[in-house]
Amino acid sequence: MSEINPDGGISLRFLLDRYSRIMILAIIVAFMAATKPDAFWTMNNLSAVAFQQAPFMILMSFGMTLAIITKGIDKSMGSVLVLSSVIGAGFVKNGQFLAGIGLALAVGVACGFVSGILITRVGVAPFIATYGVEWVTLGLAFVLTGNVYIYDFPQEFREIATGRIFGLVPNLALITLAIFLILHFTMGKTIFGRKVYMVGNNFNAATLSGVNARKTVTMVYIVNGLLAAITGILYMARLNAADPGISAAFTLDSIAASLIGGTSFGGGKGSISGTIVGALIIVFIRNGMNIWGVHTTWQQTAVGFVIIFSIFLEATTQKLTAFATRRRRGGE
Amino acid sequence: MTSGDVILRMTGITKRFPGTLALHNVGFDVREGEVVVLLGENGAGKSTLVKIISGVYARDEGEIIFSGEPVNFEGVQQAQKAGISIIHQELNLLPERTIAQNIFVGREPTISWLPGVIDYRKMVADSREILADLGVDLDPGTLVKELSIAQQQMVEVVKALSNRTKLLIMDEPTSSLTKREIDKLFEIIERLKKSKTSIIYISHRMDEIKVVGDRAVIMRDGEYIDTLDVKSMSMDEAVSKMVGRTITHLYDRHYNQPGEEVFVSRNLTGLRFRNVNIGVRSGEIVSLAGLVGAGRTEVAKAVFGYDPILSGSFELFGRPIKSPSPDKCVGLGMAFLPEDRKAEGVILKMPVRENLVSACLSKLFPNGILNLALEKQHSERFRRELKIVTPSVDKLVGELSGGNQQKVVVGKWLSTDCRFFIFDEPTRGIDVGAKAEIYHLLDALAARGAAILMISSELNEVVGLSDRVYVMREGEVVKEFQRSELSQTAIISFAIAKEGDRDA
Repeated sequence: MSEINPDGGISLRFLLDRYSRIMILAIIVAFMAATKPDAFWTMNNLSAVAFQQAPFMILMSFGMTLAIITKGIDKSMGSVLVLSSVIGAGFVKNGQFLAGIGLALAVGVACGFVSGILITRVGVAPFIATYGVEWVTLGLAFVLTGNVYIYDFPQEFREIATGRIFGLVPNLALITLAIFLILHFTMGKTIFGRKVYMVGNNFNAATLSGVNARKTVTMVYIVNGLLAAITGILYMARLNAADPGISAAFTLDSIAASLIGGTSFGGGKGSISGTIVGALIIVFIRNGMNIWGVHTTWQQTAVGFVIIFSIFLEATTQKLTAFATRRRRGGE
Repeated sequence: MTSGDVILRMTGITKRFPGTLALHNVGFDVREGEVVVLLGENGAGKSTLVKIISGVYARDEGEIIFSGEPVNFEGVQQAQKAGISIIHQELNLLPERTIAQNIFVGREPTISWLPGVIDYRKMVADSREILADLGVDLDPGTLVKELSIAQQQMVEVVKALSNRTKLLIMDEPTSSLTKREIDKLFEIIERLKKSKTSIIYISHRMDEIKVVGDRAVIMRDGEYIDTLDVKSMSMDEAVSKMVGRTITHLYDRHYNQPGEEVFVSRNLTGLRFRNVNIGVRSGEIVSLAGLVGAGRTEVAKAVFGYDPILSGSFELFGRPIKSPSPDKCVGLGMAFLPEDRKAEGVILKMPVRENLVSACLSKLFPNGILNLALEKQHSERFRRELKIVTPSVDKLVGELSGGNQQKVVVGKWLSTDCRFFIFDEPTRGIDVGAKAEIYHLLDALAARGAAILMISSELNEVVGLSDRVYVMREGEVVKEFQRSELSQTAIISFAIAKEGDRDA
């Protein structure tokens, strides 16, 4: 949260807190570059990972991070992505792009609203509420598709994700960058962002400060739905298919990216920029292991290790903080 | 009066908590088969003392002799083993388990030929026996969550007694019971006395004390004051000994001519209060006095829109408010400084500056965009004005002392345009120096024309600061005092239920 190091100088915990994730990412990239220079360290591979694979992961992880900052979780992100793209797909195939995109976004917003109301008004635990929404949305997606992919979309639609601005920067990267900037600004520099952190840190104290905590939490889940829908549209355009099967992996990986990115399940702590690094770590691990020819099941294990390691780092940082506090108190 | 052997003798018990001396040189005896009532205001040290007796806290100094042996319990289990049980104000039962399971929790009988396997039958049979012994008509197989609060209380008693208890401590056992349930409890206490069990009983209710008590030990400000014979003591005598401290000149009030009515309630009824009619005018400090649990905090939280209002209404600045919510109330100029500062007043893991602007975000940043420089400037101003001791406004509030945390809460609300302040126990747990600063601040706020509703359990601050006082008892306002009529004794005599007053 705080951009300022309250200790004044540079301390180990400050360095760990700020740069541990970037160091992990750098180590992974350096290791791959050293061991597989001809497959990994090429412009083609790096740009494919960064500009074409990572954006989906990053966008989904943003939403997950927001939910976790409010001391919640959004299990339904992957399935909302699927449902919104499946519903939008019919119109898109008929050439009604705006209707398709609009409908997909509306589905995302509606799903987020339902989760938000269940959590804040009905009082269902976030995990349970979004778990329920996950089942309903995924079920609906299977019903609507009859359990087959929808594929083969018009080229003009696919341009959204596959095109390049000035033939240079991929649209996908640009959209992701834009959303990053918006969310980064929102969380760090707006009243809304501040309220999200307050609510996540202490729901009751935030409420008693006059923050409409329920509304804030509901808004976060709506934003998540919207992010899932946007990702769904981009995914559909990029892969030329709407596929209900991808839901689970997205949800799990985005939780992992949030955790690795420094978001705490205790609530009130986490950042959009940390999440980008977390998502990149996961994407590069998967890419690197693909190049090494490691089976996907082992990739999962590796991601698990990184999660545990990053939580260990987190705990160490906190212990250092507690130690520093005690030492200061003792010296008074 | 019983005159059995001494079962518990305490001498010179002293306990320090960081910043306070909770108990100082306390000593008295408890005899076999008698009920000793502990009397004292909130904060007199009664709870701390019984927690030391029952092994929750370790004492710093002093000696405890129990059953003829010096004891030094490390933890509740040891005390229980020796025969001392405590029933806390808050019940400690497992709602999803049966009565029998609760009675035997942690020491379940096992089947002799199957080590480690619980003998549920024996548990139920034994429970049935104990329940019958005490004349409690409950089936041991019932789930605790299906019991009324009173029945749960009975289970707590049974649980404590099934342990071969020689000394039973009850901390306000009747606070949530009806008249009939209380009678039942007293019946059980009579049986216990006959079986030579001793009881230390904490209560604020004079009528009960007269019924169950043999001797009354009076405590004040962490010290032992006197022991009185319950049957022959007068209530006035007891109360004046409970209250009788010398009042220092902490309170420097500048009384003003009150202005317009800022807050008026009409028959306000909520979860734990009924038909509350109170008003606060601009420039006034009005107190809600009463005992813990009288419903004062509940009134404040309902008015602030945090808890539901069941019926009745209130007006704020002349505007009728139908369904209040905290954000609406803040928007209209109401501030609420909660009793539980750490859980509700501040956000411990956020910096001082973020806490200081947390109630005035949209006032300070009208376009919705934060400005760190302005936030720093604003919070530095309040740090100076309130003399908040912190090396930097970037420090987390959790790293500050209690008094300074309270100043952050105050600063957070001074930053707003609020003109109606509810202070709930504004000086709880802070040292005398910080207290004086808070009193000064309350006075200054009133002088500026703010209306202040203060909830306080410290009678001296109620008397020292208030223009008017409403006394609440068991969810109702029972008395209004004007400043000229104020005295601690008068307030406490209305706050405590009197004999014959409580036919529920």
